[in-house]
This record gives sequence, structure tokens and C-alpha cells, in this order.
Amino acid sequence: MLIFTAAVLSMPIWLDPIGANYPDLLQKFAIFGIFAIGYNILFGLTGYLSFGHAVFLGVGSYTAVWSFKLLTMNVIPAMFFSILMAGIIAAGIGYVSLRRSGIYFSILTLAFAQMFYNLAYSVLMPITNGETGLQLTMHDPRVIDVAFSREVPEGLPSTDFFGISMNGYSGFYFCAVMLILAFFIYLKIFRSPFGMKLKGIKSNQKRMKYIGSDTRPYLITAFVISGMFAGLAGSLMAVTDPLAGAERMQWTASGEVILMTILGGVGTVYGPLLGVGIIKYLENIFSSINESVLNNFFSFMPQWGESLLTSLTMPFVGEGWHLTLGLLFMLIVIFLPGGVMEGLQRIKDSIMNKKNIEESEATAKESSDG
Amino acid sequence: MKDKSNKNIITRRQAIKTGAAISVAPMVFSKGAYAANFTNDPGYKSSVTLGFNVPQTGAYADEGADELRAFKLAVKHLNGEGDGGMMNTMKPMNLRGNGILGKKVTYVTGDTQTKSDAARASAKRMIEKDGVIMFSGGSSSGVAIAVQGLAQELGVVFMAGLTHSNDTTGKDKRRYGFRHFFNAKMSGSALGPVLKDEMGTERKAYHLTADYTWGWTQEQSIQETTEGLGWSTTAKVRTPVGAGDFSQFITPVLNSGADTLILNHYGKDMINSLTQAVQFGLRDKQVEGKNFEIIVPLYSRLMAQGAGDNLKGILGTANWDWQLQDEGSKAFVRSFGKEYGFPPSMAAQTCYVQTLLYANACENAGTFYPPEVIRQLEGFEFDGMGNGATEYRAEDHQCFKNVLVVRGNQNPTSSYDLLDIVKEVPRADVEYDASIFGGELGPYKV
Repeated sequence: MLIFTAAVLSMPIWLDPIGANYPDLLQKFAIFGIFAIGYNILFGLTGYLSFGHAVFLGVGSYTAVWSFKLLTMNVIPAMFFSILMAGIIAAGIGYVSLRRSGIYFSILTLAFAQMFYNLAYSVLMPITNGETGLQLTMHDPRVIDVAFSREVPEGLPSTDFFGISMNGYSGFYFCAVMLILAFFIYLKIFRSPFGMKLKGIKSNQKRMKYIGSDTRPYLITAFVISGMFAGLAGSLMAVTDPLAGAERMQWTASGEVILMTILGGVGTVYGPLLGVGIIKYLENIFSSINESVLNNFFSFMPQWGESLLTSLTMPFVGEGWHLTLGLLFMLIVIFLPGGVMEGLQRIKDSIMNKKNIEESEATAKESSDG
Repeated sequence: MKDKSNKNIITRRQAIKTGAAISVAPMVFSKGAYAANFTNDPGYKSSVTLGFNVPQTGAYADEGADELRAFKLAVKHLNGEGDGGMMNTMKPMNLRGNGILGKKVTYVTGDTQTKSDAARASAKRMIEKDGVIMFSGGSSSGVAIAVQGLAQELGVVFMAGLTHSNDTTGKDKRRYGFRHFFNAKMSGSALGPVLKDEMGTERKAYHLTADYTWGWTQEQSIQETTEGLGWSTTAKVRTPVGAGDFSQFITPVLNSGADTLILNHYGKDMINSLTQAVQFGLRDKQVEGKNFEIIVPLYSRLMAQGAGDNLKGILGTANWDWQLQDEGSKAFVRSFGKEYGFPPSMAAQTCYVQTLLYANACENAGTFYPPEVIRQLEGFEFDGMGNGATEYRAEDHQCFKNVLVVRGNQNPTSSYDLLDIVKEVPRADVEYDASIFGGELGPYKV
């Protein structure tokens, strides 16, 4: 846990060499980290594959922006209400969807997600502002801010945590602390009897029922908890950038978190976080590489080699980053079904094995010597 | 027992390390960001970076690709490479072809994916990581408005590319956002008289509208215009952006009793909806003795290429066209053609002009300090950039210039000769009062 804390807080240092050290991406790492570990509570522990988790992300964002508009620019109420709203909606969706399992559950959650997405574009337009997205304006009521007569800056106010602005690095450290807190809760859940029960559901739900344990309340609780994690992530997205758009609720966003979890390793403790790192890095850094960057990169080569390598790598960077991600995903699913975590485990095992063999050889030698 | 105490030692050491990391990291990494007088001050560096944030995927990807070509060309010309393009015709101008204020211009690119979230993430990357001093791009007004808000928050000037919604320089205008492109209100004013001449004063209009800020404001502006002519409005139907299939929206038009379809669509959406409207036989239809007509208020050559024969004879408006014969347009078309082998679109022209205008404002101000640059742009009057005498209105950061009413060419002579210019509507006819849309620009200094 402490190693984890240190690793998260020192991200600006060790991500610097690979060009990922700038506030927005660091914030994204932390926020999607929360989203993915929350998702892992449901998918990793119970094996229930939800295809609509982005709904809670979206609900969290909208709630947070409304809290900024109506109440105060302080982030605490925004986060509180977001988690609450996400929890309530998760309870509703979970109550219905969890009547079924397997593919039916996935389809039900997907249907709910699409429903919310389309509602955001049509009936709920006054709340969501449709395609344009919900934004702050200069004439928002902000009753609490007004009641405490906080000074209003010229122009748009920015979100803050009791006076600390949530832009840039301070925003990242805030998200990082949230990630650490969320991770702590997540670890506790993983290692609790409750977590064991969830794992039991994953391995054999029928048997759980036969031995007299009602699985449904546990499933709903897990679903709500993971929805609340997503709500927290959604509110943090609004905290670092006070704007909410419906595309956050699209099925592709739900798909992304599944990709992250599978890429990193389903059901493992750190896997989802690795997945987040890989996908967000590809999305933000690979997509920004253009021809001139590549030419610079290969400039140590002779002219023909430079242009050859550039044209060979060009399809995989820039707008082609999806291709790279797809290939990576295929490779991992085919060769490492347990995700990157399985890969790491194998490397560790092979090193350990070598050591063991060496040690046993050494002892064997000693004994033969003796 | 021994094991446990061992663990404790490690924990304590980790705790100290953690503490050190927490206390040191923020100091080290926030220093650079706030030491400068303003965001991304180039200081004594020998180059400045501009950010070009365009849609490379999604319904507006064609426009995005052409915008990017224009940006690259503008950077070349600013650095004194190539034939200089509009730098030979722009008046007044202080650019010398040695970069901006003697600093070489470099650029970074990003993909907005035509989504507000992705566009803001991409713009933030440019500002926070790549240190851009100005960013530009567009093709969706939703995106333009979203990143314009970001520009104001972070104090980096945003020179909007293609964005046509009234809101961009209306209710959502920002001190740090500037738009050279025309808007829906101006399209309506320009189109009105032509519609009256060609289609009379008794028609029933049916709107299909892209469901976001641009579609809404265009629908509203065109409706005001047509109802001013005496037309009635049968229905206004909103369609999702990037729908692909519009047949479910077009079928009801057939039996609605309307005799005019107004497509408030753009990019691939417009290509799809128009193609389907023609396939459904709308253009061959007669309603109460009148020929059924389709109007596409915002038109571009790229869309005309996609829609092919379906666009022949259809009326709309454009910001600029490569067939204009003034010196500025000719110079730009020549150097763009030499570079890429085909003529530029209006999206390309507006992006090119915006980049030059920003660079020129920096030269005039003698600094990159945004408030000074903004003051130079506000109220700036110029000519020789392809649209006649143009003014950047100070009250809302909207450029005022001539607007083109165009029609799909009946007999194209080449695959680029797709639009006929019906009328060049003078600037005076499309001007409006800056206060009608409300909104506030906000402060100079952030």
C-alpha cells in the first residue's frame, strides 16, 4: 500500500522520460484508475460483465457540474452528490439487471447505457445541454458561494478545494489522493469476507446458493459500490475540467474500461491500473505523433532508411493509434489471457525458477563435493 | 516474529520515502508552469509552437484533413519558405517571413475526434505538455465552444477554424477566442433575397437539423429569414450527429405537405442525408404545383465532392471559394495547389488566414503577451485575404466580410469545379448588432 502511494504520488517523476508528465494526462491516469478498479470490483470479483458502466461516469460528471453551477465551486459537495447519484442509479439498474446473469446481464446493462445516452441527447436536454455539453456560465446561481460571499473572479470561476485551485498539478495531486483512498477501500474489499463471497459467486454461483447463501444482495452491493467508484471518477473529471458531455456515456466509453481491465488483468489487484496506463498513454501520446515527429525520431538513419521507417510506422501512430491498441489487445488476449499481470507473473516465475534451479544445482554440487 | 519486525523496517523506510516524494514533487513540477508572466511564454527560446487541433476521425474528418494542410502551409510561409501565399497580398501586414517576432514557428497536431471531451484533452496536452502559445482548428461548433472556454481558463489564444454557430461569437463568446469564419445569422441574411427571387414567398419548409449548437442556431437563423419572406415552417426535426442513416428522418418529409427541405447538416452527415433525400425521390416531387426544393445553408466544396451529382442546382452559402478572382485568393490557391496538387477548401482558407492574422497581431503588438495580442486583433481591419475588406469586430470577435451564395454546378468542368457563385453578398447586408446574442467576452488577463 505504501509502495503504491509512493508510486502514484511520484508519477510526475517516473513518467517524465516517456513524455507523459503533464497535468491533464496524469489526472486522466488517476481518474480512470479509480474507474477501472471500481469496475474490477464487479467484473474481476463476481465475473459479471457490465457493458454500461460509463453511465455512472456520465451521471457523476453531470451531477458535479450541476453542483458547481447551483451550489459552490468547492469540489467536496460536487463529489459527495456525484457518488450519491451514481449509487442511486446503480441500485436501480442493478436491481433490474442482476435478475439475469451472463450474456443477458451484459445486454441489459448495455441497453440501460444506450437508454441513458440517448436520453441525454433528447428528453434530458435541459439537464445535459445535449451535444454541446454542460458548461459553467458567468451567471450561475452558486448559492453557497454567494451566501459566504466568496469573491467572484472576473470571468469564469475555477473549481477549488478550500482555496486550492484544481487546475494543473494541484488537480493531479488531488485526484491522486482520491485514487489512493479508493485503492485502499478496494484492497479492503478484495481481502474481506465480502470479497471472498464475491469470488465465490464468480467460481460457482449455484454452489453458493446450494449451501444456503443468498447471492443477490451481495451482487447488488458490489454493483452499487462499483457504480459509486465510477461516479467518483466522473465527478473528478468535472473537477479537473468543469464540462460534462454525453459522449462520456457512450458504449465506447464502457468498452474502454472493459479493455483496460482485460488488458491489465481481470481480477488482479494492480492489473486494471496497468491497463489504464497503457490505453491512456496510447490515446494521448501515440495519437499526437505526426510525420515530422517520426522523421526527427529516425533522423539518425540515412535518408532512405528514415523515409522507409517513417512510412512503415506511420499507420500505427497519429490517427492510427487504434490499430496499435487493437494489435496489442489481440496479442495479449491470445498469448496472455490473464493480461499484462500474467506476463509479469511469468517473467517473475521464470527468474525465480532459474534461481531455484541454480540454487538446487549449487546444493547438488555441494552435496556431491561433500 | 523476526519476519514481522523486518516488514516494519521496510514500511518505515517507505513511509519516509513517500513523505519525501510528496513534499518535493509539487515544488519541482509546479515551478516551471507558474514562473512565467503568462502561459507558455516563449521567453528567450528561438522558436514558438502553435497547436493545430482538428478532427482527424469522425463525420468532419475531411474538413479536418484540409485544415491541417492549410496550417502546415501557413507555418511554411511564416518561416519564409515557399512562395509566401497571402503574405504577398495581405494589407496591412508586418510579417517578414522570419517566423513570428524573429522566432521560428513549429507546430504540434491533435485529433479532436469531433468530441468536446477529446478536443479538450488534446488541447490541454498541447498547452500543458507542448507549450503552445496559440491553438487553432475546428469543424464543429460544439468543439469550438468547448475549447474556447478552455482557452479563456488557461490564457492561451484560440483562433477558431471552421465553426458556423451563432453561439461561438454570440452567447458563448470569449475574450481569448476569435472567429474569422462567417456564421449562421450571416448565412440567413445572405440567402434570404436569393431564396425570394428563386422560390417565391409562399413555401412550406421542413428542417432536418444536426442536434447541437450549430444546428440549432442555423435552424433558428434560417427560419427567421424564411418566415420573414412569408414562408411557413412545417416541422423542425433534430437528428444525431454522425447518424449515417437518415432514411427514418426523410420518409416523414415525403408526406408532410412541405415543399422545401432545409438540411442543417454538415460534413459526411450532409453528404448522407442529401444523397438519401435524392434517392427517396424528393427532388422529382411536386407539391401543389411547385417543384420540391432542397436547401443546404452551409456548403463546402469538400461536401460537394462527396455528394456528387446530387448537389447539382442546390443553393447554399459559403465563406470562400477557390474560384474567387481577387489577388489574395489567387495567391493562396496557387501556393496551396503547388504544395498539394488540388485547390483548397473554405475550411483551409479560414485556418490559413487565422494563423497569419494571429502572427501579424503578435508582430503589431511586439510581444506574445495575450492581452496585448488580443487588443491588436480587436477591431483590426485588413484586406487581401480573399474576402474583400474585413474587420474583426471588437465587441464579439467576429469577422465581418462578404458572404458567398453558391449553387451546385450543373455542368462541372473538373472534379473541383463544383460550385457556382450566384452572388457575392456585400458585408453591409449581413452585418448585425453585436448585442443581439448576449454573452460576455470576459477579462483580458487571466
